[in-house]
Amino acid sequence: MDDALVSQLALDQRPASHSLVQTENLCIQFGRQVVLKDVSIAIPRGQTVAIIGESGCGKTMFLKSLMGLIPATSGRVLFDGKDIHSLSEQQMTALRSRFGFVFQNAALFDSMNIQQNIAFPLEQHGVPKGRSSRDLIEQRLREVGLPRNVLPKRPSQLSGGMRKRVGLARALILETELLLYDEPTTGLDPIMSDVINELILRTRRKYSVTSIVVTHDMHSAKKVADRVIMLYPYSRLLPGESQILFDGTPEQLDHTKDTRVRQFVRGEAGERLMEMLASQTNHVEETPHLHDTIARREADR
Amino acid sequence: MGNQQTSIHESLTGRLNAGFVRVANAWGNVVIQGINTLGDISLFAWRMIVWMVTARPRRETLMPNFYAVGVLSLPVVALTGTFIGMVLAIQSYHQFKTMGLESKLGAVITMSLVRELGPVLAATMLAGRVGSAMAAVIGTMRVTEQIDALVSMGANPIHYLVVPRFLACVLLIPALTIMADFMGIVGGYFFSVVVFGIDHAQYLKNSRDFVGGFDFFTGIFKSFFFGATIAIVSCYRGFHCQAGAEGVGRAATAAFVQSFVMILALDIVLNMFLDGIYYALWPTSGTKLL
Repeated sequence: MDDALVSQLALDQRPASHSLVQTENLCIQFGRQVVLKDVSIAIPRGQTVAIIGESGCGKTMFLKSLMGLIPATSGRVLFDGKDIHSLSEQQMTALRSRFGFVFQNAALFDSMNIQQNIAFPLEQHGVPKGRSSRDLIEQRLREVGLPRNVLPKRPSQLSGGMRKRVGLARALILETELLLYDEPTTGLDPIMSDVINELILRTRRKYSVTSIVVTHDMHSAKKVADRVIMLYPYSRLLPGESQILFDGTPEQLDHTKDTRVRQFVRGEAGERLMEMLASQTNHVEETPHLHDTIARREADR
Repeated sequence: MGNQQTSIHESLTGRLNAGFVRVANAWGNVVIQGINTLGDISLFAWRMIVWMVTARPRRETLMPNFYAVGVLSLPVVALTGTFIGMVLAIQSYHQFKTMGLESKLGAVITMSLVRELGPVLAATMLAGRVGSAMAAVIGTMRVTEQIDALVSMGANPIHYLVVPRFLACVLLIPALTIMADFMGIVGGYFFSVVVFGIDHAQYLKNSRDFVGGFDFFTGIFKSFFFGATIAIVSCYRGFHCQAGAEGVGRAATAAFVQSFVMILALDIVLNMFLDGIYYALWPTSGTKLL
């Protein structure tokens, strides 16, 4: 039995009760538009999961629904065994001190300087006993490789990479159990992307946090993740097909037989352009390429 | 021939019916959308009230809003108040002079300002200067995920963003109204007495005789409602901002236009209500409106 298969079996056989975060038949729908349909994922403590998939497949919605930022249309989101949608606002606020969210564009507050931005979670949830706010801020700043002189600056005075690192420092300030990264390397140069990847790895090693990284960047996904999940847009699924096209280790990604996963991993458009053009002209049924694609997918399955 | 006429008649009737259905459908949609928005704004206001009474707002969120509403709006409100007082004097003087009533100008100017123009003018300036900015700031926070960031860190955006803005508008708009009234009276007095040469004592006597405490109360009372409307409508528009720069721009414009329309609509309702109270308390004072 090869290592990848052993790893996959280990992932599949773990008891659900060990999951820090778990979704059960999660559905998110806006009017008639279905974003997520019956997505069930269990993520054990300490694991780093990369969620990949093309734009519009619902990766960010999935991430935001884990924090209760977007309510589920149906299904459940469990954090440490508790259904987050059944919690009161006060309970949810308390629970959020155990989450950290690194937003795609950092989402730093424009009206505050960097120090106030990083200290914001401490103001909401209080400073841990035996620590001072200033010490914690400076420690987190050192950990993400930023100098102290950025503290009085405004977010607009920092580069994209610096803002992302400030976002990470802010997410880490409360020593959270679950870190959610929304496209952490998007818009950064290759060196800064790798700096962020290294920071994700170091954070995991130092604090033993469970991490979920939503990304398009396959290099990043393979580098930081123990497990990769690929979501596929619901509108393009075949009837009865799961939205999770792939769930396995990064090593298994290169050996998958599903054409869609292979194309995504290699960054190949395949028939996507033809599909897009066909859907634009409302001649989906008459497009031979689509029939070929569907037939190939059936064969792959 | 007869068959052809019948067919043309049926075709025209069909077209008319289809047109009527289209128009009815469009108007129906507008009405439903309007009711939905009104319901949404009411729920939004209710949530804001619940947060306001259950959790004390932080000082660091209150002070910048109080400063923006109370201090930074003061010069523009004072300036426009002065000009309005002057314009009132210019517009009324010649007409009153033809009737030999120019000495009554003080009563007209002061009454118009304290009951109507002061509060409406202060509210309009606030909606333009502060309301649009509120919608733009909150809208930008929405599209750049800063509101999501607030929630993710355990802060409630209604409590953090809306309650301080609401309190600033409601508590400070009476001060702005008093300033608009005062500067308007000064402007009116300057043009009437200094420029047109109306007797100073007559001007002041008529102002005192015709304008009572209830008139001042009417203006101040209405201003609380105007302030609340500006804050709720502007914050609501910011929260429901569409993506992109265009979305933020639209939210800011909608915040001002809707606040202004609601201020004028509220003005009518509140005037009728307050007149009703006035004539109930002092029935011999004149013709009752309600």
